Amino acid sequence: MMALRSTALAAAGLFAFLLFWEAMPRLGLINPAFLPPPSTIPAAFLNEVRLGVWGEAVLSSLSHYVTGLGVGAGAGIALGLLSGMFRWFEAATAWIVRLLRPIPGLAWVPFAIIWFGVQPEAAVFIIAIGVFWIVFFATQGAVRGVDRDLVEVAQAFGFGSPWARLTKILLPAATPGILVGLRTALGQAWMAVVAAEIFGVPGVGARMMQASSLLSTDIVVVYMLTMAALYGLFDTAFVALQGWLLRWRA
Amino acid sequence: MSEPIISITALNLAYERAGTRNVILADLDLAVARGEFLVIVGESGVGKSTVLRVLIGLAKPSSGNVQLRARPDCRTPMALVFQDARLLPWRRVIANVAFGLEGSGLSKAERLAKAQGMLDLVGLSDLGQRWPHQLSGGQRQRVAIARALAVDPDVLLMDEPFSALDSFTREGLQDELQRIQAATGKTILFVTHDIDEAVTLADRVVVLAGSPGRLAAEMPITVPRPRRRRDAALQEAARQLRMELSNRSAEL
Repeated sequence: MMALRSTALAAAGLFAFLLFWEAMPRLGLINPAFLPPPSTIPAAFLNEVRLGVWGEAVLSSLSHYVTGLGVGAGAGIALGLLSGMFRWFEAATAWIVRLLRPIPGLAWVPFAIIWFGVQPEAAVFIIAIGVFWIVFFATQGAVRGVDRDLVEVAQAFGFGSPWARLTKILLPAATPGILVGLRTALGQAWMAVVAAEIFGVPGVGARMMQASSLLSTDIVVVYMLTMAALYGLFDTAFVALQGWLLRWRA
Repeated sequence: MSEPIISITALNLAYERAGTRNVILADLDLAVARGEFLVIVGESGVGKSTVLRVLIGLAKPSSGNVQLRARPDCRTPMALVFQDARLLPWRRVIANVAFGLEGSGLSKAERLAKAQGMLDLVGLSDLGQRWPHQLSGGQRQRVAIARALAVDPDVLLMDEPFSALDSFTREGLQDELQRIQAATGKTILFVTHDIDEAVTLADRVVVLAGSPGRLAAEMPITVPRPRRRRDAALQEAARQLRMELSNRSAEL
């Protein structure tokens, strides 16, 4: 009953929001060229799809997203594990981390363009950097936090090598913490996708910039909502995967 | 006594922390006969668990000698059951039992078959597919025993394995353990601070007392098995052991 009521309230809230949004340009309170009413969005969306632009932009953005996420998360997990397992590694990298970590991912845009040009690789690079630090710290912390008693179990059964310790205990025990980091990274990576593409790498961000220079704000909104939908999709899928991976938890 | 399976001679263990030297064990000598059920009793902090940790390789002695006469083909001569079951929560029960068999050259099917056999032995045949969090404390400890037995060790080390359980479960598991020992013939080295538990289970009880821990007394329990808790001879043994313990702590 409560759930039903809150769903009804949420729907009513969204409806009121759309109504307000529709009213502002329609009543002439805002220039429709600056804020297109929501009723014009479906037509703009269908038009983009018909032109084939939407599919193309979404596909290239997704490929940047997935590749960047894969590279950044892969490196973050690998180095985070090393740093969590070996004190000497953490010590040796401590100041490098302190130096590089505060640099925002977007500050790498100039180098991304110099090194890779306005190419997909540049977008992948920017995304990967943003993802890397989140996953690195999540992994390092998760490994550090593994119950030492469980590590002893592995030792007591003769699994004393670092590799056995990693695969049999540390990695599975750290998985919940790593997944929390990955989920944060999932959101962070979307921001990086748009940012990287706004500099011209073809994709959703580039198409938005193109549309806005023509003042086709309805198209801009189409892609804003597209990103919201894609992120929602990824996040939902990730939560499902997370639930399955952590099905052993109470 | 025939040649002991474990001989501990002049074992010392001390460590430094914040500049002070803590001596845990001093000049400990202990021999365990093959097939014997030896129980070590003592107050908390006398280093009972440390003896087991040294044997399994989790603690390094400062000096002394530990000799083990295991079967030559035995890959894991000793296995330890911890006080808290310490199951790996991300593994199903059957995979927890099979844990120690990994890397033994057995195929996965063989490992699981062996693990199932151990679950049968501890009376949990149907719970293999559960997750550890779905088990009761007593069931978890049975799984831990099955995991230790699965590697077919010569010696089973048990570190207060039943102390966190309620008394019904504890007594049930004590009976179970005696049955398992009768069935497998394993040598068992069992640590506890529960005197009734000690006399119920042991062929021989040794008392560790003092700080640093020394071997203070020993007492064979000759009451025939299967033992019944209300048995007068057992209660007499417990009474003697209590007296022995209070004398020792008065002396030290």
